[in-house]
Amino acid sequence: MLGKLMGKLTWAAIPFDQPIPLLAGGVVLVAILAVLVWVVVKGHLPYLWEEWITSVDHKRIGVMYTLLACVMLLRGFSDAIMMRMQQAIAFHSNGFLPPEHYNQIFSAHGTIMIFFVAMPFVIGLMNLVVPLQLGVRDVAFPTLNSVGFWLTATGALLVNVSLVVGEFARTGWLPYPPLSEMTYSPGVGVDYYLWSLEISGVGTLVAGINLVTTVLKIRTKGMTYLRMPMFCWTTLASNLLIIAAFPILTATLAMLILDRYLGFHFFTNEAGGNMMMFMNLIWAWGHPEVYILVLPAFGIFSEVVATFSGKPLFGYRSMVLATMAICIISFMVWLHHFFTMGAGPDVNAIFGIASMIIAVPTGVKIYNWLFTMYGGRIRFTTPMLWTIGFMVTFIIGGLTGVLVAVPPADFLLHNSLFLVAHFHNVIIGGVLFGAFAGYTYWFPKAFGFRLHEGLGKAAFWFWLVGFYVAFMPLYVVGFLGMTRRMQHYDVPEWRPWLLLAGVGAVLILIGILFQIAQLVVSIRQREQLRDHTGDPWDGRSLEWATSSPPPVFNFAFMPDVTGGDAYWSQKALARQNAPVEERQYEPIEMPRNSPTGFICAFFATVMGFALIWHIWWMVIAGFVGAFATFVVFAWRDHDEYQIPADEVARIDRANIAERRGMVSAAGSLS
Amino acid sequence: MTDATMALGGNDAPPPHGVEIEHLGPAPKRIVTGYGFWIFILSDMVMFSCFFAAFAVLAGQTAGGPHGSELFNLRNVAIETGCLLMSSFVCGMASIAAEERNAFWFQIAMAVTCVLGLAFLAIEFREFADLVARGAGPSRSAFLSAFFTLVGCHGLHVSAGILWLLTMMAQVFAKGFRADIQRRFLCFALFWHALDIIWVAVFSVVYLLGSGA
Repeated sequence: MLGKLMGKLTWAAIPFDQPIPLLAGGVVLVAILAVLVWVVVKGHLPYLWEEWITSVDHKRIGVMYTLLACVMLLRGFSDAIMMRMQQAIAFHSNGFLPPEHYNQIFSAHGTIMIFFVAMPFVIGLMNLVVPLQLGVRDVAFPTLNSVGFWLTATGALLVNVSLVVGEFARTGWLPYPPLSEMTYSPGVGVDYYLWSLEISGVGTLVAGINLVTTVLKIRTKGMTYLRMPMFCWTTLASNLLIIAAFPILTATLAMLILDRYLGFHFFTNEAGGNMMMFMNLIWAWGHPEVYILVLPAFGIFSEVVATFSGKPLFGYRSMVLATMAICIISFMVWLHHFFTMGAGPDVNAIFGIASMIIAVPTGVKIYNWLFTMYGGRIRFTTPMLWTIGFMVTFIIGGLTGVLVAVPPADFLLHNSLFLVAHFHNVIIGGVLFGAFAGYTYWFPKAFGFRLHEGLGKAAFWFWLVGFYVAFMPLYVVGFLGMTRRMQHYDVPEWRPWLLLAGVGAVLILIGILFQIAQLVVSIRQREQLRDHTGDPWDGRSLEWATSSPPPVFNFAFMPDVTGGDAYWSQKALARQNAPVEERQYEPIEMPRNSPTGFICAFFATVMGFALIWHIWWMVIAGFVGAFATFVVFAWRDHDEYQIPADEVARIDRANIAERRGMVSAAGSLS
Repeated sequence: MTDATMALGGNDAPPPHGVEIEHLGPAPKRIVTGYGFWIFILSDMVMFSCFFAAFAVLAGQTAGGPHGSELFNLRNVAIETGCLLMSSFVCGMASIAAEERNAFWFQIAMAVTCVLGLAFLAIEFREFADLVARGAGPSRSAFLSAFFTLVGCHGLHVSAGILWLLTMMAQVFAKGFRADIQRRFLCFALFWHALDIIWVAVFSVVYLLGSGA
């Protein structure tokens, strides 16, 4: 009876016989419980609930996205270092990870790093910064924004639950059929993958709709398209790609779900199924996804380079053009992910050429950043170091990318560690370095104090050197014929390179430890690192025109923009001692916080878990709960609250006083 | 160029032909909501286009099972189409009633929309049940998998639409034509009409082309 009631779920799902996942899961569980107990005992729960969990403030949601990404980075990195250790040891031996576990680890590593580290990191930064740069008070759909975040968190939670209850997919980060079909993967691993990505995919789509609508419809007065900061442009391009690409992922995974759950024949061997259709569909999403991740990073680098070179971005219009060109061409190159799967030389040639063409706008961007730096007064702060590190690293990754875009070369290099080295080269060197640059650059805006520079620089150098030591050897073993995803091997020529790559992973670990130390030390020394004016870097765009952290309404008066680099021109006017007119403060309406997102995600978690384990009554309960939540939300009578004019005036005048003090101090120095 | 204009100039080259296109600030809520929902509809259409593509790829893969021409009853499909197109028309009447803030005609029009939608679903459900009973269920062949998924996905959208429709009727009944409810209704109407557009494609690609083959 109980067996039926709980679907496929039994005690056998808990891996009591496998010490590593059990221990890892146990540690995570104890850590979560400890944090929860600490929060409750210290009485922080009401604060967390009212100020964060139910918050619909884009800045808070952005911070939560970023926090999720950082936590999941630790999980994804643990997988990475385990794989490096395994390959360092498993020469003529089985290593310490049995094959079925090793396969889960590389699948989880890829899934987590793309969907739950890179994606929430860039979406978090976009959420935090874009409304501020556009000079407005909020995003287009604040409550939906919260729903989107919590659904992403649901996906991350389900992936981590698979560590202790059941198993994760062993198919790699993209579940190619027929391996991922029921016949060859009868366990719940692939189902964990499918449902967590379906749920978090809805969250990503919601974020995409929200940010596109925000950029296109919610800009302050005078903020024409060609006055927007570069980061807003890349946000627009990236989120347009989300809207056009994520539904493809949803549909493709839905087809695989139907194959697995109801015996459909989309991708099966039997009854006319077509597994090449999966390759085409998944990469029609997968290639734009690459640019969804890297375009925001390009935007971050553009902001950082301009700020720390003390110059306007070189070739702004060509940068916009390059961004939008990438946005479109990214949909025309998907087949280069499977040149060897029989498309034929003519088709391969077309996609090979398209893949080389897409490198051109990226090259334009690199030159624009270089020319922005040329002749500038460069300050080598941590965000700037990440940017320079990116430019060098990304060029190498881009060049190896052009190499594998040549079909005949790809026939030799595909599925080898050369490919693994290439995409880590662009994702770590491009996306992750960008995310870290953005994290350091906008941290003072989010929290009101800067991050410790020394520790940040130490982290940067360990990451940079660690990256080269870890991944350059993989290019070599790729040339030596080592295929990816090997649990053990017996070729002696590979051994030294894999040992070296293991050392690189340890260096990256030290880099991560420095980042943790940087955060802890910065919090402890926050008074010394305090950003009083709201403009710690002498910035150029409007996010620096308000205090740090900004008030909930961002701007007491929505700025009136008259040119590019909006805040830079405001400061220039102030230096010319233009008279500042005293303005009448008015009350501001802001959206009320709402637990809708959190409750909705709770039911989505229940539903996802029940679907994975075939517990049908719980699926229905979860659906009814989610629908009821939306109805209750729709029934609200008051969805806004008012901040009185006095309060607005008090907050704004305090910030103006700080800034005036700063300006006059600077004046007396010069 | 003086220093001051250099500092002020930034990236802003003079607009071409001396035309200054001024931006007036954030759009009103109704525009923002409608715009966002349009984008959602576009993304939904991308999803449908995947199912259409899958259908096009798999349409010939009958694995020795029945073809579309042996299965489809065009008379039923014509009635289905009639129901859906009429429901869209009546939904338009509900939009006019909402604009006029006439609760009585709004509820009548919505109720008729609902009944027509349910009729559509009932015919579709009968068609599906009949196919399964004849041994032509979705696991019979790749063609039937793609058929059931594409048509069923549209049917699921209609079902969700009806759930939404009933919620809207209840909301207008309980709260009247508040601004936020009007905005929601605008989105609902867009959604309902979009389902019609999808259906026209389903009707043409699946049933008309399928019956000919």
